[in-house]
Amino acid sequence: MDAILAQLLNGLDKGGAYALIALGLTLVFGTLGVVNFAHGALFMLGAFCAVSFRQLITMETVTIDPEQLSPWGAPLEVRTPLAQTWFGDFGAVLVDYSVPLSILLAIPVMLLIGIVMERGIIQYFYKRPHAEQILVTFGLAIVLQEVVKAIFGPNPISQPIPGAVRGAFDVGAMIGLAPGALTYPLWRLIYFLFSLGIIGAVFAFLRYTTFGMVVRAGMADRETVGLLGINIDRRFTIMFGLAAVVAGLAGVMYTPLLPPNYHQGMDFLVLSFVVVVVGGMGSLVGAVAAGFLLGILQSFASMNEVKQVIPGIDQIIIYLVAVVILLVRPRGLLGRRGMMES
Amino acid sequence: MYRSPALEEDEMTNLKGFSRRGVLKGGLAGILATGVSPLIFTKGAYAQEFCNAPTGDTATLGFVMPLTGAYADEGADQQRAFLLAVEHLNGEGDGGMIPTFSSKTLKGNGILGKKVAYVTGDDQTKPDAGRDTARRMIERDGALMISGASSSGVAIAEQALCQEKGIIYMAGLTHSNDTTGKDKKRYGFRHFFNAYQSGIALGPILGDAYGKDRVAYHLTADYTWGWTQEESMIKATEALGWKTLPPVRTPVNAGDFSQYLTPVLNSGADVLILNHYGFDGVNSITQAMQFGMRDKQVNGKQFEIVLPLVSDLMAKGAGEAIKGVYGTANWDWQLGDEASKAFTKSFGAKYGQPPSQIAQTSYAQVLLYADAVERAGTFYPPEVIKALEDYEFDGLGNGPTTYRGSDHQCFKEIYAVKGKESPSNPFDLLEVVATASKESVTYDPAIFGGELGPDTAVAC
Repeated sequence: MDAILAQLLNGLDKGGAYALIALGLTLVFGTLGVVNFAHGALFMLGAFCAVSFRQLITMETVTIDPEQLSPWGAPLEVRTPLAQTWFGDFGAVLVDYSVPLSILLAIPVMLLIGIVMERGIIQYFYKRPHAEQILVTFGLAIVLQEVVKAIFGPNPISQPIPGAVRGAFDVGAMIGLAPGALTYPLWRLIYFLFSLGIIGAVFAFLRYTTFGMVVRAGMADRETVGLLGINIDRRFTIMFGLAAVVAGLAGVMYTPLLPPNYHQGMDFLVLSFVVVVVGGMGSLVGAVAAGFLLGILQSFASMNEVKQVIPGIDQIIIYLVAVVILLVRPRGLLGRRGMMES
Repeated sequence: MYRSPALEEDEMTNLKGFSRRGVLKGGLAGILATGVSPLIFTKGAYAQEFCNAPTGDTATLGFVMPLTGAYADEGADQQRAFLLAVEHLNGEGDGGMIPTFSSKTLKGNGILGKKVAYVTGDDQTKPDAGRDTARRMIERDGALMISGASSSGVAIAEQALCQEKGIIYMAGLTHSNDTTGKDKKRYGFRHFFNAYQSGIALGPILGDAYGKDRVAYHLTADYTWGWTQEESMIKATEALGWKTLPPVRTPVNAGDFSQYLTPVLNSGADVLILNHYGFDGVNSITQAMQFGMRDKQVNGKQFEIVLPLVSDLMAKGAGEAIKGVYGTANWDWQLGDEASKAFTKSFGAKYGQPPSQIAQTSYAQVLLYADAVERAGTFYPPEVIKALEDYEFDGLGNGPTTYRGSDHQCFKEIYAVKGKESPSNPFDLLEVVATASKESVTYDPAIFGGELGPDTAVAC
């Protein structure tokens, strides 16, 4: 029982990341009708916002001390972090909390990247076939990842969890199990709650604001909304920016779980497309539900009891589900009737 | 793919000499040679016919390493070591381990008087990419010898290609028993130790530290190295009296291992053995720490984690998570012998950091090849192979060493290491807790089977 609950928790935490990426992807598809293969790259860029922020606040002065020798007999380089020289203890707190604090940097940067991407390239592809949209956004993703590789190098750069939330949390004690029966990494729980928060905020924004109402109307019938004298294009541009922010924040908070590298976006891209297909192209609720569902399935498929029955199932479960969905219900779990169906 | 300046220079000279008169003379000589030479010096001429026989002033070596992928950190250090070895062979720098090497054939004038040139390439930590890169180096760049790899999957693929092509392969970091076991090749040589030897070195240490009554849970990288390390560790720990739960195989470059780590705590195991290397090892041990595993008591005992193959680079990546964790290593820069000191000094002065175990093994392999060619007096591979087989040497950081002829595995000291609890400097990450003697890690080659195959030279 404890094992099942632990695996469920793991599935929810993995699903949180899938749902956040898929949400942004389906938001762009639902509003602009563009299949954005550069969406994974936005997740990666978000992660590198955290890396850049940390590199900024951990800049060091390097002085050569001829008095001391390194272990191999060369003069020793003494490194002093600037943040701590300038701000003292506050500097140390800044460094410790660099990942959550970098959200403040990631929001404006990702919004800007999203808007520039949409205005600069993607707007010219609205009326072109999906195949061309896929080609141009895929090309863009490759360019972005090569730029990141040129700046930050090919290797992953690890980001620390803030000291106060490192370690595991006794979830079992909260739900009445024996102490220590069900513990889970605190940061992973935070990531799960964070993803729920972001998903809730996006839904609330679309549901309860006038802006959101207009966007939803535009998603249903773009032409009519345009005829009413509303500049729907501008709102859709902002939605693209918003989708970039959602992907970026998912990337920022993911960095302590997996050190980001330039290729991370591609690793998540295929997965998030499968999530969107399973959930239903253009369905926001479907994307979120499918994200969590596939996270949980993947987690359970990785258990040895399951792997012993069907070897390698942990590697293919997600794609297997996608194949079954495409065969049985091509529009996805919650997709609109007619979507992807002839 | 990068090509060294020496190589470019050599090609330029060849091109410059390409004149009308030269072509006419060459053509005439060629016509005469095809008709006449087989009648006159058949044996000598054919004996020296082999792939990429050097004709100019340079000898080209091909270095293939993972510059991207799960083992990219290791690949970067491997590249540093290769370039340093080339420098030292060409007489630049302080000579590193050349002065401490027991063989005195290397004089800093290249190999057999030819300046050492090199090409480097990325194997992406993938066997097919490694094989393609090595093939390009052999077919296009004229590489006389291939060295590299940080994954046994890649090393075995490249070794098989080199056997086909008749090119000597000096393996880099490859720890699978298969490299010099069932997949061994006449043209392939391994200086690095293997998983079987890790088991011999680590077993007694684990017994002393954690007792005889333990239940182990294995997470294993799903390819040749992971499988053989898992097998060797199970053998070594079950000999102590430990029990083993069914091992779980994980994909290489999985990134997030949380779904495989989640079941560990409720499995009844009290030791987690991570058969992971490179970034995979860093990620899985860091994530295991996030699960609070080492703060747990299971079966009335402290929960422990073991990383049977560990390097300084992984220790650096894992940070706090590596402290107190046991593993094995081929070499450590803090070993006190003269060779290790000389190599660390040379490497540290050039790169501002001490060399890791992959740097030492890769550097040693280049020197061993160069020395074998010098001793053989020719680049002709069958002669070089003879010079390496059953060769006894010292002064490359592991004490007296033998390149066993029957499986091309080096036998030497290996080290049980532990993540240092309180490092004295940023590079002081692992401490050597025990040395397994050369004799204790020597085994009968028959236990792994395999055939070396022929040493016949192959024309390109």
